Amino acid sequence: MKSFIEYITSIFKGVWTLLIGMKVTGKYVFTPWKHVTHSYPENRDTLVMFERFRGEVIMPHDANNEHKCTGCGICELNCPNGSIEIISKSIVTPEGKKKRLIDQHIYHLGMCTLCNLCVKACPTGAIVMGQNFEHAVWDRAKLTKVLNQPGSKISEGVKE
Amino acid sequence: MAFNIYDFTTLTHDIHVGLAESFSPVLATTIEWVIVGVVYLLFVALFGLFLVYAERKVCAAFQQRLGPTRVGPWGLLQTIADFIKLLMKELIMPRKADRFLYNLAPFIVIIASFLAIAVLPFAPGLQSLDFDIGVFYLTAVSSVGVIGILLAGWSSNNKYSLIGAMRSGAQILSYELSVSLSLLTMVVFAGTMQFSAIVEGQRDAWFIFSGHIPAVIAFVVFLIAGTAETNRGPFDLAEAESELVAGFHTEYSGIKFAMFFLAEYINLFIVSAVAATVFLGGWMPLHFGNFESFNHVMDFIPPVMWFFMKVLGVIFVIMWFKWTFPRLRVDQILTLEWKYLLPINLVNILLMALVVLTKFHF
Amino acid sequence: MSEIKEVIVKTDRLATDKYQVNMGPQHPSTHGVLRLLVTLEGEKVLNVQPHTGYIHSGIEKMCEAISYPQIIHLTDRMDYLSAHMSNEAVALCVENALQIEVPDRVKYIRTIMDELTRLASHQLWWCVYGMDLGALTTFFYGLRDRELILDIFEETCGARMTVSYSTPGGLMFDIHPNFQKRVKDYIKYFKTKLPEYDQLLSGNVIMRERTEGIGYLTLEEAIDFGVTGPSGRASGFSCDVRKHQPYSAYPFVKFNEILDHRCDSLARYEVRIKEMWESISIIEQLIDNIPEGDYAVKMKGVLKLPEGEFYQRAESARGEFGVFIVSDGKKNPYRVKFRSPGFSNLFALNNMAKGHKIADLVAIMSTLDLIIPDIDR
Repeated sequence: MKSFIEYITSIFKGVWTLLIGMKVTGKYVFTPWKHVTHSYPENRDTLVMFERFRGEVIMPHDANNEHKCTGCGICELNCPNGSIEIISKSIVTPEGKKKRLIDQHIYHLGMCTLCNLCVKACPTGAIVMGQNFEHAVWDRAKLTKVLNQPGSKISEGVKE
Repeated sequence: MAFNIYDFTTLTHDIHVGLAESFSPVLATTIEWVIVGVVYLLFVALFGLFLVYAERKVCAAFQQRLGPTRVGPWGLLQTIADFIKLLMKELIMPRKADRFLYNLAPFIVIIASFLAIAVLPFAPGLQSLDFDIGVFYLTAVSSVGVIGILLAGWSSNNKYSLIGAMRSGAQILSYELSVSLSLLTMVVFAGTMQFSAIVEGQRDAWFIFSGHIPAVIAFVVFLIAGTAETNRGPFDLAEAESELVAGFHTEYSGIKFAMFFLAEYINLFIVSAVAATVFLGGWMPLHFGNFESFNHVMDFIPPVMWFFMKVLGVIFVIMWFKWTFPRLRVDQILTLEWKYLLPINLVNILLMALVVLTKFHF
Repeated sequence: MSEIKEVIVKTDRLATDKYQVNMGPQHPSTHGVLRLLVTLEGEKVLNVQPHTGYIHSGIEKMCEAISYPQIIHLTDRMDYLSAHMSNEAVALCVENALQIEVPDRVKYIRTIMDELTRLASHQLWWCVYGMDLGALTTFFYGLRDRELILDIFEETCGARMTVSYSTPGGLMFDIHPNFQKRVKDYIKYFKTKLPEYDQLLSGNVIMRERTEGIGYLTLEEAIDFGVTGPSGRASGFSCDVRKHQPYSAYPFVKFNEILDHRCDSLARYEVRIKEMWESISIIEQLIDNIPEGDYAVKMKGVLKLPEGEFYQRAESARGEFGVFIVSDGKKNPYRVKFRSPGFSNLFALNNMAKGHKIADLVAIMSTLDLIIPDIDR
């Protein structure tokens, strides 16, 4: 008899726990407007990434097409994957001194793990992390970028 | 041809008479068969597609998502796009598969579903087979589908498929019993096995109300066993994704996979339709005793609408089960059937017989 | 005819063949590319032989070629769900070797981040566990809550999973001005959602049936196999590094080491649910008391560890994570070895799953909370 009562109570207890579970899901199914997903490509205009979000390495240029990169190569040294290559050139200043300047700051986005070490190490703050995260391209070669724009030069007053 | 949304008897009768007058009897019957076949085929395909869409939207709502939104307005054409994709996919067959059985299996599964759908009364006059042993016929043909599943599992020559098919066999054979017994309970109450007569018997009150306690128990048991019969969660052991990849249809692709997929949703429809017909009054509108004006408003809604509203309601509950509960293990599924549902069912039949004998019903 | 009769007489029960099933490396429930060679008799599991190495990426070897601050970006990618704990272990190891004392602020922030990572990891485990049992909706509820933690990470660390936040000598950035408010909001929010986890899955009779008494791992076996973390603690193995060798701000906070002596799948499940509550309590104790100060110690441009061997352990979400660095005084290590919790936990699977059904094998494996890159490294 005792086991029979246990049998009956186990049925009701089991059904009760199932009903509690259905209550939780039921709460959400009857409020479908409270969904948590975003319609991503549609909300592109309003989508704002956090300011520290690491999307890619960029080199900001000001209005005069000037950047702060001295071509010192510290970022290249700090990069764990070799995604940065610095190609420098030597010019002769009007005073007659030889000077090493940046020719091309090559950045391989395809190899980059976005660890932030290059940005942290940069003594002049020439490279920063950009918020763009839509990097898909059809051609792998497009992932290799030259960060300093053509014709740009180092801005005045950047400590060498 | 008198088209009446409330009663299709005259419409079908007129078509029959018109055909019989214009053609020879053999040709007329053949044309009727073709018409009925095409109508069912179209209905199954469209309703199957709709159910897939509905499942995806309902599941999205359970999971606080949006579901398909891209193809068509609110993603309405999503399942059609999926179907086209499945049609165009290459049919891949495992090298050591049993060729004949492998190709046969999806057809058996889907034909079993078609056989079962024939006896369902959609509206007055909208029923292709009106047997006096309708319930018996339905339980008989709905168990044919398991042969297809077993064949699929065996012939695929894949261990996952075989395990899934074996599980499915054990499960469906067991739950067949509960489905039949819970339907038997209602047959005892209704006094007939004919679906149209069962619906007609619910003109004043649906069986779930008039049969009170035993009918409610039978309804719950039928829902559980019916969910298990359709191989849906929490009883989806046969295709348990996390254990058996896709169970018995692991090796099927393209249109053959689509057939299994469609059969699953037709079975879902059949179980819900039987639940709606036997317990919830079929196409009968909701009537409350003496509230004449209320009953009148309810009568205004066409019977087809009533039928589909009830079916969709039951389908929603079954989806609710699927998207809430974890899956049972194979031995637990048999324990549930043989140690819980079967004794409850047997006691319930006795209870129903007492209720009928003592006329303790409404 | 007589031949058939003989056969029937000889076997008193139906003879069944053993057969082997290759679970993985492509299988929906192996969470990546784990391969299990399962010997089955019908549905019964006779033997499980894990084969690892399908996603071996040679991280330990790669560490030998790069400098110490650069190692952290590789540890992110091992156990990607407890990235911050691995970062911190490396950072602590280097700091100990150089005998640097980091400011209290760093310790507090690191501990908060640890616990947030643990919360996120356990949430993902919960939803995946539900999915392995067949309850698909849990997956989205867990991810929904985890997403908000990842937002906190993104705002402060700049990345959602591979945070690279703890560096030798401190942190990559100071915390974001919104950090404290966000964390407090989140704790308030999650306290209302965690009971739902219990209602949906923990109390469910099907889930109880599937876990109670399943996957038994005795205390002796747990110690023998080195099963640590929540899986070990569910067998009564007191192995919480946060308690036994406190690091960062763990000496300053009060928390319980969750122990369970039932040793089954349900115990492992409940230990993790209770650990989520403990993590919430730890974060609550710390979040208002972050001291002012620097977020990093000024380090030399090129870090060189003194010659010798250094070991540091930390409690990751899966168990004890250890970093062993052999230095020959150069700027890059001579040899690095990571003691990953997943590797030790995985090999206890055979003892736990033997004799159970194949469905339980999946459920038991899921209670171990395996991350395959953490196993293979």
